[in-house]
Amino acid sequence: MAPILEVRGLRKHFGGVTAVADATLDLHEGELLSIIGPNGAGKTTLFNLISGLDLPDAGSVRLFGQDATGAPPERLAGLGMARTFQHGRVFGNLSVLDNVLVGAHSRLRAVKPAVPIIGPLLEFALAAIRPAAVRAEEAALRADAIRILSVFGDRLIPRLDHPAFSLSYANRRRVEIARALALHPRLLLLDEPTAGMNQTETVEMQEVVADLKRSGLTILLIEHKLEMVMRLSDRVIVMDNGNRIAEGLPQEVRRDPAVIEAYLGHRATGGAAAGAAVEPAP
Amino acid sequence: MLGAWFDYTVNGFVIGNIYALLAVGLALIYGVANLVNFAHGSVYVVGAYVGWAAITYLGTPLPVTLLCVVVVCALVGVGIERLGLRPLHGASRIAPLLATIGIALVLDQVVQLIFSPDPRAVPMQVPDWRITLGGGTIGALDLLIAGIGLTSAAVLYGFLRFTKLGWAVRATAQDSDAAKQMGVDTDRVNLVVFAIASALSGISGVLVGMYYNQINPAMSFEATLKGIVALIIGGLGNVPGAIGGSLILGLTESYGIALFGTSYRNLFAFVLLIAMLVWRPNGLFAARRSLPPEPMTGTFIARSRPLKVPSWAVAVVILLAALLPLLDAPYLLQIGANSLMYAMLALSLTLVAGTVGQVSLGHAALLAIGGYASGLLALDAGWPVAVAIPAAGLITAALGTLLVFPAFRLTGHYVSIATLGIGEIVSLVILNWTGLTRGAIGLGGIPPLEVFGYDLGSVQGTYWLCLVVLVLLALLQVRLLNSHLGRSWRAIRDDSVAARSYGVSGDRYKALAFGYGGFAAGISGAITAHAYSYINHETFGATISILALTMVILGGLGNVVGAVLGATLLIALPEAFRFLAEYRILIYGIVLLLLIRFRPQGLMGTV
Repeated sequence: MAPILEVRGLRKHFGGVTAVADATLDLHEGELLSIIGPNGAGKTTLFNLISGLDLPDAGSVRLFGQDATGAPPERLAGLGMARTFQHGRVFGNLSVLDNVLVGAHSRLRAVKPAVPIIGPLLEFALAAIRPAAVRAEEAALRADAIRILSVFGDRLIPRLDHPAFSLSYANRRRVEIARALALHPRLLLLDEPTAGMNQTETVEMQEVVADLKRSGLTILLIEHKLEMVMRLSDRVIVMDNGNRIAEGLPQEVRRDPAVIEAYLGHRATGGAAAGAAVEPAP
Repeated sequence: MLGAWFDYTVNGFVIGNIYALLAVGLALIYGVANLVNFAHGSVYVVGAYVGWAAITYLGTPLPVTLLCVVVVCALVGVGIERLGLRPLHGASRIAPLLATIGIALVLDQVVQLIFSPDPRAVPMQVPDWRITLGGGTIGALDLLIAGIGLTSAAVLYGFLRFTKLGWAVRATAQDSDAAKQMGVDTDRVNLVVFAIASALSGISGVLVGMYYNQINPAMSFEATLKGIVALIIGGLGNVPGAIGGSLILGLTESYGIALFGTSYRNLFAFVLLIAMLVWRPNGLFAARRSLPPEPMTGTFIARSRPLKVPSWAVAVVILLAALLPLLDAPYLLQIGANSLMYAMLALSLTLVAGTVGQVSLGHAALLAIGGYASGLLALDAGWPVAVAIPAAGLITAALGTLLVFPAFRLTGHYVSIATLGIGEIVSLVILNWTGLTRGAIGLGGIPPLEVFGYDLGSVQGTYWLCLVVLVLLALLQVRLLNSHLGRSWRAIRDDSVAARSYGVSGDRYKALAFGYGGFAAGISGAITAHAYSYINHETFGATISILALTMVILGGLGNVVGAVLGATLLIALPEAFRFLAEYRILIYGIVLLLLIRFRPQGLMGTV
């Protein structure tokens, strides 16, 4: 079966800096692939290239068997790809529920008929008139959004109407993931979902991601907390200075001398991760 | 013939030098404060009047005149930074820009109150001789202006390159957080930059006064605009680029006047502005073509929890408003009708600026399009008024969206600059397209309001019509805000990148917002045109755009009830204090400044 995501020879320069030198990866249905590496290794740039926020200088991306190199993010969302952002980009003035509903935007059908040229005008008219089909669609999306938010137990459900700016950092990250799930993605890109979370919150998030994987969702994960990577990943790619330096099963990667070198070579960065990486496997 | 072209070139260079004195300051300020200073032209006017006063009352010689101008304008610059901008650290991203608009209103009004709005002649302080060169001539004043331009550039270069404070300015411009950590006193840097920029702007003002032999308080707006155009040509924050941009602008205008005539002069400047924003938003001298990222500090609009007004309260207010004509107070009704027309404009702007975050500074142009469309349909095509008005709304929706479309990919300050330019272009096209719009004569004898035979030309009729239309528009807007459109619009405002990643296309939803906004504003302009029976290209000017923005901020950005409340308060309150009529715009400016500083979420809260 063809991979869900095929990345070939992706490259990106910023001025004189090569952020991503030659990224190649395959991601198969139902797989969880982690990308790890020290800070500045090019992980987030790679995400941006795949998700259409940045244009690659060279290379290609195929998504669900279609060419998606340099495709605008709107189109990728329509194809069924959702992503979260490293520093959490929720819509601050929107309520928790509205944030999640925006995530479902590309699933709107009744109110957004796919008619050329006059499509936007129809959409405007339908939003104003709101016939039964549109109302039913909205109600279904709301119910779905609440179901998705209940993944996080009672963390967000009591706060449906709260503006996102009033939430704690961890809750904002949860809203981001709920927003991504509302797209009903076939491919989910998670950029450090546990960044800035404490131990309890991290364990909770790890369970959520494990459940998503169990439900069959295909996931590309960037993560610094190696414990989580080792437990959840089917395969791991290690990046350093824009290059892929290792790929394989979690246990193989952790013993790879190049990986240990990369982490220890960057003295000032990734200190905690380095310790975890060189820790001998049981 | 060749001599004439020589003269046009000299003239272009001189004007370019004057623009450069403005644009260099704008570039410096943008560099350190990430801010397009809309009060810059007001300082230039202050400079012109200080120069005029020094010569007229004190009889100062030229060097002393310039010294007075430099000192006073530098102090004004320090005041702007210290009182208007520094307290806004950490406020929403759009706050400092709005504050400079408020400061501009206040400064202009103060100058006007002190010196009267009448034009003054600045006495020439240089000998009146001209050298003849190959058929053209160069005068002493031309040389003086060129000399001051070159000297200022050289001194500025030396300051930035060789002094410690100059290094601090450059460091702050590159990365103010890093500069602060290295021990640079960035507050002081900001003060110095505002002082230098304002002094240069003042010199520019006094030189212009001598060159055209005339100054008036109203010339500030044009000066700000021209400085911004030159700045954009050179690239925001690029000091040498600003000088290059100014010379290009000066020459373009001078040759443009030679080829097409004076009334086209500003059209060239603004078309150049829009072309630059669309094709080279980083300026002619930048290598990269993409926009620099906007500073990501805080949210775009102030965070707040909007006040919820129960529907029964709204219903009661509407009912009371509908009963107002029974009081038999025609003057009160007149004010009421005016407030309602402004409220329609405010509804439109609160959607565009508040809900979608595109702070339009040219919104009055939509009124002009609506007014002219309806007036011309009724006058020239003979359409009934009741058909012409909604048709004008639709025309404004289509034309307004089309005009702003090139600016859709811009963000933040760029949107404000672009809409300002587009607004000016609309007014200049109306002035120059004589065949359609009757040009400077304006549109007279527009038929009065009537709906299928019912005459609504009376005060009561106008009032009731406005009330019905406003209530319908407001209900529609609330309904749209509660639909998926509302959350999509607000998502684009809060984070357009994240919105796109979830399939919310910026172009599509901005177009829908400008379409609806254009419709509401177009209807407002059309009703105004029929109610006034006469409009011209100046009826809906930049002052109205700024007033509408003040209303919208007063009510709370994006807040429908707030927009209506803001419009009513700002139109009705000055009437209650009629003895203050002279100070009306001054009061608007002060209200705007106080709001931005102390209640950025407005009375009803941002949505």
